[in-house]
Amino acid sequence: MRDVIYKRIIPCLDVDKGRVTRGVQYQNIKDIGDPLEYARKYDADGADELVFYDITASSDGREIDMGWANQVAEEVFMPLTIGGGVSTLEDCRRLHLAGADKISMDSGAVRNPDLIRIASDYFGAQCVVVSMQVKRRSNGRGWETFVKGGREATGMDALEWAVKAQTLGAGELVLNSIDGDGTKAGYDVALCAAVKEIVDIPVIASGGAGTLEDFLEVLTVGRADAALAASVFHYGTFTVGEVKRYLHDNGVPVRLLEE
Amino acid sequence: MKTLLIDYGSGNLRSCAKSLEAAGFNAGGNALIVSSDPRDVAAANALVLPGQGHFRQVMESFLASGFEDALREHIALGKAFLGICVGMQILFDSSAEADLAGLGVIAGRIERFAKVSPVPQMQWNTLSPIGDSPLMRGLPETSFAYFVHSYYAPVGVTPDGAITEYGRPFQSVVSQGNVHATQFHPEKSQRLGLQMLGNFRDWAVSN
Repeated sequence: MRDVIYKRIIPCLDVDKGRVTRGVQYQNIKDIGDPLEYARKYDADGADELVFYDITASSDGREIDMGWANQVAEEVFMPLTIGGGVSTLEDCRRLHLAGADKISMDSGAVRNPDLIRIASDYFGAQCVVVSMQVKRRSNGRGWETFVKGGREATGMDALEWAVKAQTLGAGELVLNSIDGDGTKAGYDVALCAAVKEIVDIPVIASGGAGTLEDFLEVLTVGRADAALAASVFHYGTFTVGEVKRYLHDNGVPVRLLEE
Repeated sequence: MKTLLIDYGSGNLRSCAKSLEAAGFNAGGNALIVSSDPRDVAAANALVLPGQGHFRQVMESFLASGFEDALREHIALGKAFLGICVGMQILFDSSAEADLAGLGVIAGRIERFAKVSPVPQMQWNTLSPIGDSPLMRGLPETSFAYFVHSYYAPVGVTPDGAITEYGRPFQSVVSQGNVHATQFHPEKSQRLGLQMLGNFRDWAVSN
């Protein structure tokens, strides 16, 4: 009996007022299209899941308009994670009703870590994703947790936060490297490996994907369970299918679509 | 053909309804009804029972919905039935998750994953057919479906269906006469999920 964990490739869509947007290191945000169009394309390309963030929700303190999410959930039959501005159980319920299979929380969980436990008790751990905004410390000693779309430092060590999130009931962690976001300079492989060393739950690497080798490296050396990317997919550098074929050819177990 | 999707408060009701529509249950002479009224069952040719969450909570919600007698009669009449996820699990006699009985439509006990990490299994995993389940007909050689669960049906609960491995082999598709069910979520399994729902539809139409 062989136990295979299939590595997941997950396109990530930043949504603002119902439109997909993209920036570099969370700045210079541009409107690049309709969420449903992207979702359909990634579904056809064999993406394993989709992640949506309302990128301005947490900085504005406003609620997410869920019309686009309903549309996506009604047309695309795959696991959906939605986040952005989640700070109460009521927020979680709203996203769940809109069609989210998993709820992603970041700043809200940093402000009130108990939200992780409350949501995990209510929906089950499999429904609760803690998304961490992480930056390398300038002295080279480890990583620090940020909030508000990477704009505000918390002073909290990222590895400590990862362990705490798991202890409180997170089912999965997303490690967003602020240094890497939109730069295509490669994932923070060391960060990923360091977190994998200390938690048991799945870890998703995010921020910095630029080449096929970046995916391979973070999923092997970095031991990530999944790799999340935006720019390379949105701008058509390569397709999800191309990434998975490359990983497969390099001995990484992935779910390939039948051709 | 008329299909009734049972509305008893399951979280995946909406995506089940949408995926059934996408698989042709509401087109070309077929009609899909989402109903919380057990009296609608008699007129249905096929019945779909979704389910998500804890065995006890799902079983209690189902019993409170008043659908039990209608469901039993539907199955006894040999009409097509599909259970999904915990909607599959409550068809069994019992579960390690709760000390209240299941419906006992299929003999056996639902067990908890042990010696495998992480639990729940939450991923795409492969289906290997056993016997001859109508749901499995014509699928690609390597078929992936999307799973989210901590409990499983042991291999052999029905001779027809499919096997999946997660720490141990378990039965991910069960077919027993007119009763069919999946541990995974066809409504979240992209094209493969729709194909299996389509298989159920074709089988139900010819049943």
